Order: sequence, then C-alpha cells, then structure tokens
Amino acid sequence: MLSQSAPKFSSTGTQATRIVGALTIIVMTWVLISGLVLTPADVVQGESVRIMYVHVPSAWVAYLAFIVTAIASAFYIFAKRHSLGFDRVAGASAEVGVMFMVITLVTGSLWGRLTWGEFWQWDPRLTTTAFLLVTYVGYLAVRRLDGSVEQRARRSAVIALLAVLEIPLVHFSVVFWRSLHQRATILDPNGDVKMDGLMLFTLFSGVVGFTLVFVWLILHRQRTMLLSDLANQSGLDAAILARQNESVSI
Amino acid sequence: MKKTAIKTAKRRVASAVFIKDLRIEARSRVVTNQVLPFAGLIMVMFAFALDNDDVLQRVAGGLIWLATIFSLFIIVQRSFAIDTSDSALDSLRVAGIDLSAVFFGKAVALTLQLIALDVVLIGAAFLLYQIQVSALGVVLLVTCVVCATTGLGFVGTLYGGLTAGTNGRETLLPLLLLPVVAPVLIAATRATEAALGSSGAEISEGWAWVGLLTIFAAVFGVGGSLAFGPLIDE
Repeated sequence: MLSQSAPKFSSTGTQATRIVGALTIIVMTWVLISGLVLTPADVVQGESVRIMYVHVPSAWVAYLAFIVTAIASAFYIFAKRHSLGFDRVAGASAEVGVMFMVITLVTGSLWGRLTWGEFWQWDPRLTTTAFLLVTYVGYLAVRRLDGSVEQRARRSAVIALLAVLEIPLVHFSVVFWRSLHQRATILDPNGDVKMDGLMLFTLFSGVVGFTLVFVWLILHRQRTMLLSDLANQSGLDAAILARQNESVSI
Repeated sequence: MKKTAIKTAKRRVASAVFIKDLRIEARSRVVTNQVLPFAGLIMVMFAFALDNDDVLQRVAGGLIWLATIFSLFIIVQRSFAIDTSDSALDSLRVAGIDLSAVFFGKAVALTLQLIALDVVLIGAAFLLYQIQVSALGVVLLVTCVVCATTGLGFVGTLYGGLTAGTNGRETLLPLLLLPVVAPVLIAATRATEAALGSSGAEISEGWAWVGLLTIFAAVFGVGGSLAFGPLIDE
C-alpha cells in the first residue's frame, strides 16, 4: 500500500529542480560551444575527436545511473522500512541509464566508423557494454510485470543487484581479453595528463553537464512515477468503492 | 543442535524437490521426447546453414553450447510451468520451508538434465561434425560440462523463478537470461575448443576458462540462494 498522501503539487518541478535545470542549461551551452567551435581538432583523430565530448560523459552517466540503481535497490531490500521512494529512484535511474547507454553505443559506433572504418567491432568492452544495455532493458521489462508496486519493487531490486555484477565484467574485460578499444588516454599509468588544456576542460565540463542532466531527469522521473503509482492506487480504490456502492444499492 | 536440525531440514527439502523434479521428468519424458530431439535438430540445422566440414569442426564447441542454452529456456519454462500450475509453488511457499533449499533442489535437477543433454549433443557433434578429442581433452571437456551446466542450472532456476506465472514469460526469460549467460557461452565455448583442439587451441588454454565457469557458478549459486526467496515470495 502506498503510504504517501495525494500530492498537493500539479507539476514535478520544485525550486531545487529549477536551479539544477538552469545550471544544466548553462553548462551544456558551454560544452556545445567549446566542443564544436573553441577546441582544436585532434592531431591524429581530426574532427572526430569532438564525438568524445558526448561519448565519454554519456558513458560515465550510464555507469553512474546503473550504480545508483543498484544502491537504491540495496537500500530498498536491506532497509528496515522498505521505502518505495528507493524503488522509484532505482527505476528512474535505470531508465535514464539505458538512454545514456544507447547514446554511448551510438556515438561510439560513429567514432568507430571514422577511426576503425567499421560501425561495430567485436571488441570485448563494446560487446559487454551492449550486453549490459540488454540486461537493463530486461530490468525495465521486469518493472512492467503484473503485480503490486511492492512486488515490482522487490523483483526489480533483486534483478538490479544481480545485474550490477556485470559492471566489473565490463571494466575488467579490457584486461582479461585483448581489446581494440581506446585505452585511457587522459591519464597515463603515472597520472600524467596527456591532453590539450581546453579539450580536457571541455570534457570535464561535459561530465559535469551530463551529470546535471541525469540529476534533473531523475528528480522529475521519480516524481512522475510517484504520481503514476498514486493514480493507479486511487483508480483501484475508486473501482472498489464503486463496486461496494453497487452492492449496497442492490 | 538447532543449527544441525535446520541444515538437515534444508537438505531434506532440497533432496525432496530434486527427486520431485526428476520424477516428473521420468514420468512426462519431456526432456527425452521433446527437448533432446529439438537440440539434435538445432545441430543438424547448423550443419545445413554452415555447409562446410572445416567450419563445422572449428565452431563445434560454440554450436554445442548455443544448442544447450536454447534448450535451457525450454526446460526452465517447462519446470516452472508445472510448479505454478495449481499453485504448487504457492503451496511450497506457504509451507514455511526454506526457499533456498527449493532453489538448490531445482537447480541440481536442472543441472543433471543439462548434463544428460550435453552428453547427447557432444555425441551428435562427434557423429555429425567429425570432431576428435584426446584423453586429456576428455578430462577438460567433462570438467567444462559440469562447471558450465552447474552455472546454467543456478542462473536458469533463479530467472525461471522470477518469470514463473507472469504474462509474457516466454519472451521475458530469454531477454533476461541471454545477457547473463553470455560469459558461460564464451567460456564454455573456448574451453570446449581447447578440449577438441579446434583452431589449434591448446588443452592448457581451456583450464583458465573452466576457472571462469567455476566463479560464475559460485556467484550465482550464492546469489541465487539469497535472491530466490524474495523473488518468488509474493
């Protein structure tokens, strides 16, 4: 049973989300201008390096989203009071994560076409990232199974905790198998930065900007989920009341 | 004393569920009459599709494990369809027994059925694809089959329990299972290739992949025993 009372607000926005939204617009505008105009082309990769300003931050946000999903799911499962708020955050984060994972794979494919001459290579990191995407699409399918919100929350929390086991596999796949994927180029093993200053700052801004987009989307999405759950619940209550009234009138 | 009693009770539940699943199979013969012919047909269809003896010998390992995984879906769905019909799974749940014991009982029964299936599939590969194996390769192959099917048994039981009784389980189960079993497909294929000496692979290369299969089985054995209860406890 949902513990929340009927919402008093008519929108999902608050003062906090508006501030996050405004910050997001400012940072993303800077990333757009700097990434497309101000930063130089790469000596080796040419103009295709600009894809990096979208690809790397979206990959970061996708992984962050899946980690948030796992943490929120763990809180739902292990906390004494199984708060559905954690379930909604987990679900919202997975949805946003899947979206950013698709962006990561699409931008990666475009970069691969320009650099490797192919849209897709059976590179371990690419392949396992695609598997990770399918895993979270499955997670979202589990969330849409029949049942109460509590059933949905418990099932999906368990699936999220199992799915997170795949993230280390993705990370270490580069080490385990021979890989075509671009190795870490920003920091070498000694910690020395090997990138033009403005390019590095733009990339960093992209990571911040995409993270703000993620936060903004999560805040709104989990509130729309709450409204949806409440609407379903009130619809059910109304239907039960209508049947009761029918039986009384008979 | 109390701990010993709980352990004994768990073992009895697990063995009862294990015997129940195998007895149902012995009476219905779904695996022997339907799944085995289906898996055999897949092996024949692969031969039609690839139409080259050299290619078939090279990819035989992968084909055996793909046929195993496709058959896994059918066996798991069949097993849980029986458990959910007449609310048999609900009866087990309300009986107050330890659900991790139910998980282990079902997983071991599924593993045994998969081992029997793989024996037939490997036999079919010897006949149809003309593969060969050395004595040392047999040891690797047997270990690989045991480790891989154990992992598949655990993960199949876990996700089968999740989708049991839900609408669209026929499509949801492959969607959930395929990404999870991908490491088993890769590792078991590489280990089998090493055992068969396909593409010049050495037998020693296969043992590292068997290690990965063992880790997979251990992770999903522990994870499954913890998660199975919450997944079906509704």
